[in-house]
Amino acid sequence: MSEQGETGGGAAPVESNVPDDVDLDDVDPETADSSIEESAKTVPRGLPLRVQNLRKTFGGITAVDGVSFEVEEGSLTGLIGPNGAGKSTTFNCITGVHEPDSGTILFKGEEITGQRPHEIAQKGLVRTFQIARELEEMTVLENLMLAPQDQEGEKLTNAITPGLRDQVKRDEEAIREDVWEMLEFFEIDHLAEEYAGNLSGGQRKLLEMARALMTDPEMLLLDEPFAGVNPTLEEKLLERIHELTDRGYTFLLVEHDMDLIMQNCEHIIVMHQGDLLAEGTAEDIRNNEQVVEAYLGEDV
Amino acid sequence: MSIRGRARSALPDALTEDDTVLIAVLLLCIGVLYFLIGGLQAFLADATIVNAAFQTFQSILFLSGVYAILALALNLHWGYTGLFNIGVAGFMAVGVYTMSILAGSPDGLPPGLGLPVPVAVLGGVLAAAIVGGIAALPALQLDADYFAIVTVGFSEIIRLTLLADTFSGTVTDPSSSQYNVVNLFGLEFGTGGGRGISTPIGNPLEFLFDGPLQPVGDVLVSVGDAIGIIPQVVEATTYTAFIVLLVLPAYYLLVQRVGYSPFGRVLKAIREDELVAQSLGKDTRLFKIKVFMLGSGLMGLAGILWYGTFGYVNPNTFRPLVTFYVFTALIVGGSGSNTGSVVGGAVFAALLLQGPRRLAGLINAGAQYSTGGSLPEPANFWVALTSLDPLAWLGYLVTQTPNLKFVFLGAVLVYLMQNRSEGLLGHRKETASSVDLSERPASTNEPGKPGGQAAATGGESDE
Repeated sequence: MSEQGETGGGAAPVESNVPDDVDLDDVDPETADSSIEESAKTVPRGLPLRVQNLRKTFGGITAVDGVSFEVEEGSLTGLIGPNGAGKSTTFNCITGVHEPDSGTILFKGEEITGQRPHEIAQKGLVRTFQIARELEEMTVLENLMLAPQDQEGEKLTNAITPGLRDQVKRDEEAIREDVWEMLEFFEIDHLAEEYAGNLSGGQRKLLEMARALMTDPEMLLLDEPFAGVNPTLEEKLLERIHELTDRGYTFLLVEHDMDLIMQNCEHIIVMHQGDLLAEGTAEDIRNNEQVVEAYLGEDV
Repeated sequence: MSIRGRARSALPDALTEDDTVLIAVLLLCIGVLYFLIGGLQAFLADATIVNAAFQTFQSILFLSGVYAILALALNLHWGYTGLFNIGVAGFMAVGVYTMSILAGSPDGLPPGLGLPVPVAVLGGVLAAAIVGGIAALPALQLDADYFAIVTVGFSEIIRLTLLADTFSGTVTDPSSSQYNVVNLFGLEFGTGGGRGISTPIGNPLEFLFDGPLQPVGDVLVSVGDAIGIIPQVVEATTYTAFIVLLVLPAYYLLVQRVGYSPFGRVLKAIREDELVAQSLGKDTRLFKIKVFMLGSGLMGLAGILWYGTFGYVNPNTFRPLVTFYVFTALIVGGSGSNTGSVVGGAVFAALLLQGPRRLAGLINAGAQYSTGGSLPEPANFWVALTSLDPLAWLGYLVTQTPNLKFVFLGAVLVYLMQNRSEGLLGHRKETASSVDLSERPASTNEPGKPGGQAAATGGESDE
């Protein structure tokens, strides 16, 4: 399996025995307990995300050149590669920030290629950013309150009309409880009323992930969540990510810290110069000569 | 910092805690200050003191009020959403002109549509909102600074269109070669072009003095008469009261509700980082268009309430300078803060706009009173300087006040940008939510409880 991805444009390997449109409604994240988690390694599950022949050029530079891969439901998948491998561009194409030149992106069996970022986020595919983009002049609480989808008070008429505003208030009280719980989960509740701009780099990463989770997503795309994070905080973040995977969330992680990905991800995708270089488990990747040559050097 | 801290602690608590009290006290102080200035000036000039004092009092409060509501409307655009709208004057013009055309007499020059005034006012507000919606379309694609250029261009296009002879309706004879009445599906009207247009409303409280409620007006007039205030000033005061006590609170409440809500939270997020808002599933384009239309409508209404009551306007009233003034008011007060917008509007009108003029008037009156003659009026700066006469210098300052006012304004802005760029009340935590977010649910306070379910049970379905 290790070298199947090297041709880039070829059909992805795991596709054959899994239907495109697994009904995800059958999988309740809350009940996805650890026993399911264990059996998951053997039983093929749904494919929330399928990327096929993705291609994106900027002027004369081909950033992503016909990449195909899949992310299994409930998995923690790592996307690695040296600088300039096209990881972030792939990410931006998936989340609608860039429009791909060709190729298709399917989320839960539905094509989302070229849709706008908010449409993709509304479908449950939510991202974080490489450089944490917190809303600086909003408090941590405001940052999290922003995220939940379809809030009644986001309609102008509901926000200003006297009778309707009461409903908005009740909704916000309910969201507020979730927000505080989320703050506790990430242990940043002591920063609740701080402006997000005053947070340290690591705290911003926590905030950003908490904020993404508040949208109640099905799958999270984390763009270098550990960049500039100290080891203690990194540990904390990883712990959270594993806990959330256990609860049924799907993660796609972009990272260039190889060790970290190797130790934590069940499935790893390696990109190099816009191509898919290899795909598989940590073991597969470690034994892949091309990967070692292109990226790892001799010490892995 | 410590000086500011001490100054702050010297203020009564009510001022720092309750915004309504703060605004009321500020407006009252400004009013009283101008009452005294007006009275003193009249005393020095040997005029009727009470009448003059009252006139100054009401006119400064009127100006404070209209700048405050304009700053509030702009705060929705710039303060909350970060939409750099420098076309405020244009939206005011659309409001005033639409209202005037709708309500103008069909036989007038230019002809209007002859609708009732309330309908016309509503039409003016809607027109401003719709034009705002159209102007906002480029904002969906453009970055802040490019959008700013679009808006100022838009506002100038509006002004020049109103100025154009083609639509002015000044030649109503269809057989004439200069016939220029606009004919829209049989509805004939004109803008008045460079001649301007008469606005149908004077004082919306006219009914107090000439209508069903005349007895109330009569009482007011007679009270005024008893203390030496002429009826015109009494009438003007009622309108000022209408603006300051009714319109301003209504604007404040409305903008406050918009800001303190999930809607306002998305606006703030757009200001901070639009891509983040989008990545959290917010259709930011929709929010931008909505808020731009709302703000533009409010600017249109502000234009109607201000210039629409003068009896007459021409397009040059709505030069970009008006926009600049409103921006200055908002920046002085603190963009992003509604209370700051009101404070900024009042402070701008009282200190920056009218302050220098009043001071010059006072100096002039003082000089005349003490010397019996007027101050020397040197022809230019050089003459004033070389005369080596302090009185001539003073005289020069006084006569040049209308120009020096701008130097003063610029200096204040430069100082403010360097030392307090967030404005008087900017950067306060005006949390965008309809509820107090810091109120922590008791359940989450228990130590040891796994922060747990939050992630999975998201959404507001659980009421």
